[in-house]
Amino acid sequence: MTSPNEAFVAFEHVQKSYDGVSLVVKDLNLAIGKGEFLTMLGPSGSGKTTTLMMLAGFETATHGEIKLDGVNINLVPPHKRGIGMVFQNYALFPHMTVGENLSFPLEVRGMGKSEREAKIKRALDMVQMGAFANRRPAQLSGGQQQRIALARALVFDPKLVLMDEPLGALDKQLREHMQFEIKHLHESLGITVVYVTHDQGEALTMSDRVAVFNDGRIQQLAPPSDLYERPENSFVAGFIGENNKLQGTVEEIGQGTCTVRLATGEVIDATPVNVTQKGQKTLVSIRPERVEYKPELFPAGAHSIDAEVLEFIYMGDMFRTRLRVAGSEDFVIKSRNTQGQRMLRPGEKIKVGWHPQDARALDP
Amino acid sequence: MADVSQAPLQTADGRPLKAALAKAQARAKRRAFLLVLPLLAFVLLTFVLPILQMLQRSFYHDGFSANAPATVAWLEEHPQGSEIDETAYAALVSDLAAMQKAKTAGAAGTRINYTYPGTISIFKEAAREAAKLQPPYKAALVALDKKWEDPLLWVTFRHAASPWTTDFYMVSMDLRRSTDDGLQRAEPEMRIHLQLFVKTFGLSALITGLCLLLAFPIAHLLAILPMRKSNLLMILVLLPFWTSLLVRTSSWIALGQESGIVNDILVGIGIVADDNRIQMMYNKYGTILVMTHVLLPFMVLPLYSVMRVIPPSYARAARSLGATSWTTFRRIYLPQTLPGIAAGSLLVFILAVGYYITPALVGGADGTLISNLISFHMAKANWSQAAALAAMLLVLVLILYWLYDRLIGIDRLKLG
Repeated sequence: MTSPNEAFVAFEHVQKSYDGVSLVVKDLNLAIGKGEFLTMLGPSGSGKTTTLMMLAGFETATHGEIKLDGVNINLVPPHKRGIGMVFQNYALFPHMTVGENLSFPLEVRGMGKSEREAKIKRALDMVQMGAFANRRPAQLSGGQQQRIALARALVFDPKLVLMDEPLGALDKQLREHMQFEIKHLHESLGITVVYVTHDQGEALTMSDRVAVFNDGRIQQLAPPSDLYERPENSFVAGFIGENNKLQGTVEEIGQGTCTVRLATGEVIDATPVNVTQKGQKTLVSIRPERVEYKPELFPAGAHSIDAEVLEFIYMGDMFRTRLRVAGSEDFVIKSRNTQGQRMLRPGEKIKVGWHPQDARALDP
Repeated sequence: MADVSQAPLQTADGRPLKAALAKAQARAKRRAFLLVLPLLAFVLLTFVLPILQMLQRSFYHDGFSANAPATVAWLEEHPQGSEIDETAYAALVSDLAAMQKAKTAGAAGTRINYTYPGTISIFKEAAREAAKLQPPYKAALVALDKKWEDPLLWVTFRHAASPWTTDFYMVSMDLRRSTDDGLQRAEPEMRIHLQLFVKTFGLSALITGLCLLLAFPIAHLLAILPMRKSNLLMILVLLPFWTSLLVRTSSWIALGQESGIVNDILVGIGIVADDNRIQMMYNKYGTILVMTHVLLPFMVLPLYSVMRVIPPSYARAARSLGATSWTTFRRIYLPQTLPGIAAGSLLVFILAVGYYITPALVGGADGTLISNLISFHMAKANWSQAAALAAMLLVLVLILYWLYDRLIGIDRLKLG
């Protein structure tokens, strides 16, 4: 993607501790390119919000350097960083009208009245809220407040905009709609966006790249498709989407492929991701929708293993079938509800198989 | 269902919906009313009635009108401006003689004394002599005391002839009657009320301002600290409430008096000369100091309750939008604490305006407030004068309250 010396935002060996005992952020290295939409995704307490707050200037890094456009900003106070920010609960000033809220960042920059008005109008039109300049935030719906918060973060033309779970308070439908709007704004304005969320769907939908945080570290930094299809460790595989996990030991390992003997004795095919030699313990991860149960679809020469249907759930567009595979009772397969698709019955004995590249042998 | 909007809605069995609803709720309403009835009765008996009675007293005094019927009758027959002739004096002497029998000369004299000082003694003297006086009565009375022929005295009688009067308010506003029945300002040495009102409101405003200055940082600290620490500090703020006001005030005297601890320390470290100790108590500085301390919690609590619910993200948002910390405070934080500032100031000011114990104990001569004068009049049984002053205080406070409602809105009042 971007090499550190041309990065617009760069974290270099950044550490953060609140109590002097434990690290909330452990040796963070991250380079964000100009115009990129980067999402920090992770469970709560993973360090993603702390990282965002360090970038915004509300927290200071305990160690390491944070650079913006090549300049170290560790000691620059938040108001001099020129970074737009959208907060979780919007943080619209309740005692000001929408217009005054948008005018605030321009006034503190000493901008003249006519220029301010032009910029406010442009920003409000950008989020289709042109008619609401004289309302108070309390008179707006959640979605409208969200748009105003967005407009306020953009009105002073920042090069970098941070968003801290901005859609968390909206209902599902509105959230999905706003995801696309934010995405489109990002594309049309060419700004750099750093977005924090714990919603993986949001992360996959909007981002150029996603940084998955856990335990103060970036577990994987990759475009959404790579993250989903090629998770690099078992945390990412487990955190992003649903997946089946099989414990085993590496039996054979070759160029880009390996076989794994499961605890119950069966042998399966997999792609080695972070296993390197025979005899290593591994956790094989397979996406439910990549598991085949029709023998004609099994790849030639690949292993297949026995399974027993435990439960069949009709979900409308999908079927979800829970199987017992190699002693595990929560092996799930998903199949599309296509014309003529067979509904499996509980108790039925079948065989399941998959393409070796869909099964990833990860750290145990 | 289009026809439903035409006719009033009805229940399934054909009764009007509104009546049915009222009936269904009547029982609950009755019970709710019965529950608040004891409190309502209590408030009426102990709050509303005394205030109404106080207001009545401030307009009513029958000390003269009830005890001088003949003089009152003469005044009713002769309009303002009539010559005070011998018949008037004859009526007055007959009244004085009756007063001597009923021992009411003091009461009548007191009533006149409010607006014409120095009359209690001449009433008592004249009443003693009344039975022995011979016509012409005017000359006889004037022989006793020159004041009896003062036209102003008779103007005063005319206003005291009815028990209903605004004379007490006139006195409270440092006004007096002139001989031609007009109003004029009282003699300079008698003008004490307005000055005291001004001083009371001025000192109260100063104390409110000091409380605000001191309470704002405390309340902010309480609001941003973690719950456990802020609870501990809150106990310190509330601690004074658990000590008697008298004890707290006395402690201040022990601290601040001329031979008190503070002065001892200042002398000890050589800041103040031993023969030039600071006068902190028994003057208005004592009143300001102690009342600021006593009233501080009443400012902290409303401020705290408002500040606690201001999310820190507002300040962060302002900072990220480019505002310095000062601008953030001035334009974002301060405006949002306004309901707390207003509520605390209103509370402290109203309490200060009517404060009694503290100024009485540490106020000395120049640190006493209007409530101390009211108390003085009550101690002298000058109920009507005390009531008039108290009513004026009440009206001034109600005006403040009304202003608060107009400017901030009473529904935004948060007291903790």
